[in-house]
Formats: sequence, structure tokens, C-alpha cells
Amino acid sequence: MGNNGRRKFITALLSIGGLGTFISAFYPVVKYMTPVKSGKPSVSSLKLGKLSDFAKNAWEIVRFGRKPLIIINDENGKLHALSAECTHLDCIVQYSKEEKMIICACHNGHYDLNGKNISGPPPRPLKQYKVNIQNGEIIITKKEDG
Amino acid sequence: MKTLEDSKIFSWLHSRYDLSGILHLLYHKKVPVHKHTIWYYMGGVTLFLFLIQLLTGILLLMYYQPGENSSYESVRFIVNKVNFGWLIRNLHSWSANLMIFFAFVHMFSVFFTRAYEKPRELTWVTGVLLLVLAMVFGFSGYLLPWNELSFFATKVGTDIAGAVPVIGEGIRTVLRGGEDVTGATLSRFFGFHVAILPALFTIVLVVHLFLVQKVGMSEPDFFKKLPDEKKKFISFFPDFAIRDALLWLIVLYLLIFLALFFQWDLGIKADALSPAPTGIKPEWYFMFMFQSLKMLPPHLGFIEGEVFGVLFFGAAALAWMLIPFVKFNSKKYTKERIMLVLGTLVVLFIVSMTIIGYLL
Repeated sequence: MGNNGRRKFITALLSIGGLGTFISAFYPVVKYMTPVKSGKPSVSSLKLGKLSDFAKNAWEIVRFGRKPLIIINDENGKLHALSAECTHLDCIVQYSKEEKMIICACHNGHYDLNGKNISGPPPRPLKQYKVNIQNGEIIITKKEDG
Repeated sequence: MKTLEDSKIFSWLHSRYDLSGILHLLYHKKVPVHKHTIWYYMGGVTLFLFLIQLLTGILLLMYYQPGENSSYESVRFIVNKVNFGWLIRNLHSWSANLMIFFAFVHMFSVFFTRAYEKPRELTWVTGVLLLVLAMVFGFSGYLLPWNELSFFATKVGTDIAGAVPVIGEGIRTVLRGGEDVTGATLSRFFGFHVAILPALFTIVLVVHLFLVQKVGMSEPDFFKKLPDEKKKFISFFPDFAIRDALLWLIVLYLLIFLALFFQWDLGIKADALSPAPTGIKPEWYFMFMFQSLKMLPPHLGFIEGEVFGVLFFGAAALAWMLIPFVKFNSKKYTKERIMLVLGTLVVLFIVSMTIIGYLL
């Protein structure tokens, strides 16, 4: 093998070795950056307290596991529980007492009280949760389809 | 007049390390003097503001503590308790904004004088990369005080990244350090802002400056056409450098004036269970994208509005970066004319969307 052949051989060895080393270093870095899944058990229901303590035409945001929910007691005393994350770009929504609608202030998205997207950029409705009243206490659970 | 070569330190270094290459790089460059010479200074001003960022950023690091329960509190401590802490933070915030402003001015001045053409294609590409990195710098730094506005800006911004088809979900999770914007996001953004981005930015900046120095200043068409005896030049070093330094001083005074009289509000602490405040707005340099996303309908045919917006801006940024390599075969219009119209439309789009964003 002449000088030229030896150089080609070393260059090829270095290229393959270099590429292999890069890939083998890259993989653990990517895996390292991927967040570890939370060990918290998933929540299936949430006790919210007495119905009598929740005023009409009022709302609040509560945590259901790791997710924020918006709970609205409408003018007629009907409770609504929906995901509080706007389906457009993830901002937390709020209830507008004047408009009687759920709005997202980030991009002016509007939803009705059933979570249906009715104007603005949101592409999908808000996820609904089930509201049960047991012995005068509000209990929120996931809907079976969700 | 005493020159650099006359100094004893220089002679000492030169006799050992042969600095003729550096000297050549410094002295060979000539700066054309004409009615548009002012635009040659914009890159230098941007560089100066980056240096201010570096300096004030290092000072802020002495007290800043990343964490859900410490970020906001430590920034409040810097502003209220630390001697001149308010000044350092104001300087950091103002110089960040001015830096991006001057980077935009620099970029459009290069675009409209077509200084990106051969042999400066890579100078343009590295320049656009620097602007993108500067905007990512701004985005990551915006979260660090952990206030209400920055929390929602980060939610929206990372969700936009999540709209990219196929890989978006993964990018969003990696950026957030989980499903939601939490303390984990704060840790990651802190790492991006003070380690990864400065390293990347410095590498691209060094390449950019080397290319600028190597290829020299571009001459606009009307200047090129002048007979040699009518062309006026000044040397880059020291003549242009001295003028540059004077302008840097003026910008420094402007920056100090802004930092003294226009405070950056810290706002209220981020709370994951409070709704987005009405009238929420991003930093001004993201406003045109924010407003466009706001105006897009939920669906455009089979594609979601936000996905369309993200793909559109991504493709537009890539096309903008590759402009020096674009070839036109139109017989009716010259490339110059097409570029002039395109550049004007881009500026009009950015300016009008920004104004609408602030008015609506």
C-alpha cells in the first residue's frame, strides 16, 4: 500500500469512526433532553367543595392533576367544567361575565359554555369534564370518551 | 501620527508571533464614502449592543436564581435591593431591544443596497442566523423573571413550535421540559439563555465578522459606476473605527437615558392557575407574527390556521436567508426590481402588522 492508499484508508477509518462517535454521543444527549415522565398518578376525580359556596355567574380555575380546569357556575346555576387551556396556543382562558362566554385573551378566541369554539382562531372545542353533585358537594370527573 | 505598529507591546508580540496576517485584515479594508455611508455603521452598533448585553448579563447572573420560587423573587431583589441593580436590569432589557432594532435596520439596509450579492452570500446567511439567534435570545430571556406576561408568552411561543408537523410535539416537550410550562421550563430556558445561545451566537458572530473583514465593504451600484478618481474611500482602521467608536458612545448615552427614565416593569408573578390577562402582547419584534396568527381563521382548507402560520413563517425565514442564491429567469423584470418590490412588501407587512397589533 503506497502513501496515497494509506492516507485514503486512514481518512475512511476516521470518517466512519467520527460519524459513529458523533451518533453514539448524539443519542444519549437527545434522550437526556427528553423530560422524564412524571411519576404522579393520574387523577380521575376532584372534590371542589360545597355547591352552596359557589356563587351564580362566578368562575374559578382549579388544578385537575397537572391540568388547569375552568369551573363556571352560570346565571341559571348550572355548573360547567372544561379544560382551561385554549386549543389555539395553550393560554389559560377566562369567563367573561358580560359576554356570558369563555374567552382567551391571548388571541381573542371565544367559546360557549359547552366549550364549543365559536369565534377567533381556536380550531377545536375545549375538552369537557363531568360535574356530579353528591351530598351537596361538587365532584369533577373525566368524561368517559376523554 | 503614531500607528499601531509603533507601539512597544505590538513590536514585542509581532517579533514573536508574526501579526502581519491580522494587520492585513485590519488595513486592507477601505470604506466607500457616499450618500449611504451611514448604513455601514448599523452592524457595528448592533455588535456594541451585544457587548453591553454580555456585560450586563454577567452582572445579573451574580444575583439571579432560576426556579419557580426564586426567579421572580431574585429579580425583584436585584431591582429593589442591590446597589444599581435596577440600572443593570434596565440596561440589559433596553440594550436587548435596541440590539434587535439595529439588527433589523442593518439587515434591511444590506437588503436594499443588495450587499448580499456575490461574494457576500455567506455574510448574509450568517447575519440572518444571528438575527434569528438574537430573537431566540430575547424569547428565552423574557421568561427568566417568571412574571405573568413572560409565562403566557412562553406558553404561546412553545406551543407555536409544537404546531410544526411531525417533530413539533417533541420540540415542545423538550423546550418545556415536560408537557406544560413549569419550573423545568425555567431551568431549560436559563440554560439556553446563558450557555447554549451565547456559545452559538459567538461562533456565528466570529464567522460573520471574519467574512465582513475578509471581503470588505460592498459598494452600491451608483458608486461602482463612478470613475476611479471620483470614488472616495476612508481606511477601515483607524479612520472608520474611530467614527464607529464615536457612534457607539452616542448609542451608549441613548441607552443610559432610556435605562434611567424608562423602567422595565417586573409585573406580577406567574401563576399557572390564573387566566391570560386581557391585552396580553409579546415583545414588539414578535408582534407581526403574533398579530398574523391572531388574524388567521381556525382552518385554512384541510390545515389548521396556526399550523399554516407556523409553516408560512418558517418557510419565509428560510427563503429570506437563501435570497442571495435565488436566480430569476424573468425577461420582463430585473432581479433588482423584483427584490426591491419584495423587500418593500416585507417591510410594509412587518410594520403594518406591528401597528395593527398595538392598536387592536
